Amino acid sequence: MTALAANDLKPAGPGASGERLYWLLLILPCVFLGLFYVVPVVNVLVMSVTVPKAGFANYAELASNGAVQRVLITTVRIGAITTAITLALGYAVAYALVQCGPRERQILLAIVLASFWISALIRAFAWVAILQSQGLINNTLIGLGLIDSPLQLVRNELGVMIGMVHYMLPYAILPLYANMSGIDKSLVPAARALGATPFQAFRWVFVPMSLPGLIGAGVIVLIFSLGFYITPAILGGGKTIMVAEYVSVQISETLRWGLAAMLASTLLASVLLLVFWLSRFMDVEAALKK
Amino acid sequence: MALQDERPRGLSFAKILAWATACFLILPILVVIPISFTPERYLSLPSGSLSLRHYASLANDPRWSKSIVDSLMVAIGATVLAVSLGTAFAVGAWRLGVPLARRLRLLMLAPIIVPPIVHAIAFYKAWAVIGLLDSYLGLVLIHTMKGLPFVVLTVAGALANLDHKLEQAARSLGATPSQAMRWVILPQIMTGVISGAAFAFITSWDETVVALFVTSRRVATLPRRIWEGLADNIDPAIAAMGTLMILVTIAIVTVKTVRTQPAKA
Repeated sequence: MTALAANDLKPAGPGASGERLYWLLLILPCVFLGLFYVVPVVNVLVMSVTVPKAGFANYAELASNGAVQRVLITTVRIGAITTAITLALGYAVAYALVQCGPRERQILLAIVLASFWISALIRAFAWVAILQSQGLINNTLIGLGLIDSPLQLVRNELGVMIGMVHYMLPYAILPLYANMSGIDKSLVPAARALGATPFQAFRWVFVPMSLPGLIGAGVIVLIFSLGFYITPAILGGGKTIMVAEYVSVQISETLRWGLAAMLASTLLASVLLLVFWLSRFMDVEAALKK
Repeated sequence: MALQDERPRGLSFAKILAWATACFLILPILVVIPISFTPERYLSLPSGSLSLRHYASLANDPRWSKSIVDSLMVAIGATVLAVSLGTAFAVGAWRLGVPLARRLRLLMLAPIIVPPIVHAIAFYKAWAVIGLLDSYLGLVLIHTMKGLPFVVLTVAGALANLDHKLEQAARSLGATPSQAMRWVILPQIMTGVISGAAFAFITSWDETVVALFVTSRRVATLPRRIWEGLADNIDPAIAAMGTLMILVTIAIVTVKTVRTQPAKA
């Protein structure tokens, strides 16, 4: 800034020197991001076709390697189920948020935002404490005499999904709530006045109007679910492995950098495709705002 | 009549589900805090007596205090850089308003969308080449990029309400571009800048995946230390650390909301 100030003291027409400052402001951060961010990320794509030797051998593993296929199928399955459950619960919370009184709304929103801001790591830790065999749920159930031996609630797919739904819920609730707040409140009563039952009015008037919000929230949750690392790694206990954890094992243990770069590139391509699809009927920037 | 009875049936089910979901959302916080006060050595809810032993072990174990300092230093460095670069970009894009600026803005959002594991590989490889592995500067740069999109989004949001004529008026009264920037534009968008800073700080404070790959001995942020603690044996000290992290996070978010709201009114 100080160097710029000295430069700008030279007399010049209001247009020229002003424009130059703003171009500099615009370009400098882009150069920074280009150099330190875009180059390294593009390098991952390059590595996927050059390591260990040039060619598409790494991508051929997608068709031939059983372990890779299992990991990808697990990732897509968990991602899809997580998204479905998250949307269902998130829809209910968002609907309650628009319908309830101001006081109830304040409490619900505070809970959503509080959980939104808490670290994924702390949340995964808490779920281990709640779900493990000596954890809160098992001890309570045994204490009540409902079960004799602890249930396996964590270090499996169930644990991963509980943790992921928990992490993703605010990402669904906030855009859904924003979308539903924009729906005209008099439409449902109008449908009722015209003879629709409450369910019919909800199903045929409210749901279609909330569809864009539902799709947007679904895509965002799916995008984050597919690439999620921390929660599946902690709650999956090495048994339920999703693609991000598999990639990290390739880097740190088997040192197969080419395979890791290929899977990372595949993940990146899938995520970008989803974003591109979303951007065709929705403002991605608005959807990403916390 | 019809307007009156449209609520009860449909809504009660949604409401029960909504509150059940809210309880599910708040449960981990309600569990971590009491665990941190357990008198036992292992992970358990306190029964009968409370103890601060796990907080004491945080204070006495130099590894924990080092990682608190590391996390703070990295987060402060990344916040300062992200706020400077992000604000500069948002102001430049706002003032120029060219299509190129809009397209570059999408590029700025990439660090939110690209999965963290892709970042981990990318930075690990690149930082090895330029010698930034396991260095404070290396992690600060990474966290700057992760915080940058949030600063751009919040500052751009603040600028959207700002009239271009204000800047033009300042210029026609004789202000240089940088004077107009310092005395006219920046004060008007301060709430967006503060909000962006809070985002950038929490993003860095919380970032785990990339830190696991690009740091090892010299730099060890809190999330890294907690991750290692989870891998060895699950120590209730992690619950104490978790409680502190929850408190810091809530404090930052409160500052952000309190600072941003009255300024608008």
